[in-house]
Amino acid sequence: MQHDEVIWQVIRHNHCSYMAKITTGKFCRNPYNVTGICNRSSCPLSNSRYATIRDEDGVFYLYMKTIERAHMPNKLWERVKLPRNYEKALEIIDKHLMYWPKFLVHKTKQRLTKMTQMRIRMRKLALKTREKIMTIPRKEKKREARREEKAEKAAVLEKSIENELLERLKKGIQGDIYNYPVKEYNKVLDMDTLQAADEEEEEPEHDIEYVEGYDELEEEEDMEDFGGFDIDRFVADEENDEDDNECKELIDWKRGRKESKVNLQEEKDETLAKFKKKQKVTIEVKYSLPYQIGCINFKIFKQ
Amino acid sequence: MGFKRKKDSQDLGSEFDDDEKVKRMKKTVEKEKKEILPSMIKNKEKRSEIHAKLKIQKKLEKRKKIKARDAAEKRALELGEEPLPREIPRTIENTREQDETVCKAFDEELTAWNDADEFSSIYKCERTPKILFTTSRFNSTRGPAFISELCDVFPNSHYYKRGTYDLKKIVEYAKNKDFTSLIVVHTNRREPDALLIIGLPDGPTAHFKLSKLVLRKDIKNHGNPTKHEPELILNNFTTRLGLRVGRLIGSLLPQNPDLLGRRVVTFHNQRDFIFFRHHRYIYESKETKEATGSKKKEAKMIARLQECGPRFTLKLISLQHGTFDTKSGEYEWVHKPDMDTSRRRFFL
Repeated sequence: MQHDEVIWQVIRHNHCSYMAKITTGKFCRNPYNVTGICNRSSCPLSNSRYATIRDEDGVFYLYMKTIERAHMPNKLWERVKLPRNYEKALEIIDKHLMYWPKFLVHKTKQRLTKMTQMRIRMRKLALKTREKIMTIPRKEKKREARREEKAEKAAVLEKSIENELLERLKKGIQGDIYNYPVKEYNKVLDMDTLQAADEEEEEPEHDIEYVEGYDELEEEEDMEDFGGFDIDRFVADEENDEDDNECKELIDWKRGRKESKVNLQEEKDETLAKFKKKQKVTIEVKYSLPYQIGCINFKIFKQ
Repeated sequence: MGFKRKKDSQDLGSEFDDDEKVKRMKKTVEKEKKEILPSMIKNKEKRSEIHAKLKIQKKLEKRKKIKARDAAEKRALELGEEPLPREIPRTIENTREQDETVCKAFDEELTAWNDADEFSSIYKCERTPKILFTTSRFNSTRGPAFISELCDVFPNSHYYKRGTYDLKKIVEYAKNKDFTSLIVVHTNRREPDALLIIGLPDGPTAHFKLSKLVLRKDIKNHGNPTKHEPELILNNFTTRLGLRVGRLIGSLLPQNPDLLGRRVVTFHNQRDFIFFRHHRYIYESKETKEATGSKKKEAKMIARLQECGPRFTLKLISLQHGTFDTKSGEYEWVHKPDMDTSRRRFFL
């Protein structure tokens, strides 16, 4: 015999394992519940005649339970497959739940509506690209952080940048020349004659610079700049260049470069600054900037 | 435990003659002293005591050695002899595992390979770099702030808001508008977390993990970058993979730096971490007296740096051939956790 009322009293007042109480209300976790709320009329256990809609693999089924089968739990729930079409599904529900209490019919139709909406939305979302969150175990994160710290200390960044810049300054002449006779080059450096080489080259290009570099000059307008040309020429005249080969190669190479005027301009500024201080022309060498990646020199500038 | 052992040795010693007994005891005692490692003692207090003592001892010995070495050097210099050459300390970089993909200089195959890769057109100055910056879909304010600083660093760069476009669509859009690379800044927990650099039109996709980001305003005594084209420094990219990544990074900047601007952008690779710095520099000549006491004044050139712009570190997570395609893309290199097992093995 089915005593719905008794069942309900027992469940509600003592304990129902499907009930989940939250601040907003009492919910029923029973998979066969139509509304999802823990109610006398929505509890599938305490209603001998009940209907609900469940979803399996994207297909909706209407489940019905009647009192005639209450003694056979195995065959309790009768299942009817609902068509994809929403209206047709509604008609089928009407057909099967004819003469059933209005409450159940209404609630099953509501549930069907909600589930179709959800199905549509899930399909739409599956088409869009979602970002997948990959987690990294905490141990790895910490290990990476530790290693990064040590690497940063090992890479004495400021020093290495400064060294690289100075190297470029020194090697500025080298540029495209790979098989450079290193010894002679060093000798030259030691003897401080590079400055002479510099001034020498600047001489022939003075004229060009005057005319073309005018636009550049306007960026940093200094009356000194105009005066500076004469000083350089004076110094250059005094000293002799000792390495003709280098100079020639330099000159040829330099003439080809469009950046020359820019370089010269910068040199002028810097040499001038020094001039004011010490009356000594420093080794301001043109930058050729072979872009070094590791131990490899690239020919980036091509003219 | 130590006491127990000594007792045993004493028992042994009683069997032999006196002289030999003494010798034996000394030997065994010495041996024991060498053998007792702190880790063998089970008692925690005692163990930590002995460990601390050992540490202090080691320190003292080290100091003595250093003092002696310095004194010897000084003496040698005074006498005019050459001091003994200093030993090279062992570092992780020194003891790095040998990698067969380390590039040797002036390799013909390498230059041919470089000519045939995706960036050759930029390196030959046929195309000027044009960068498109964007963020991930859900982003916070730190992302665009970081991007605005990056726009100052890289000339010819544009920022577009992400919207809800698919990344593949953005790649197409960028291709149509003739961009040379696309950079996506990904934020996680309100901090920029990852950087995705996609070369265009069919360049590789490099995914970097970003960390230790410091924006310009948080750096003390920062400078302000100008609009001049910066110079580029790429340090320590030695292997083939490193070379490829280095070229990818180099293709972001124009090939004709404006030396007037004295701006330098550095990507320094150390143990697979790429450190990014952005400086303005100036060369100065500094007078130093030579150490030999010959009172010769030498003008030494130094470079002084002023930091401007952001500072961060990158670590390569994966390098994919072709533009962004996680499903059907071909990965050239992916970081796997079991690459971390050896502390001396690096890939860049």
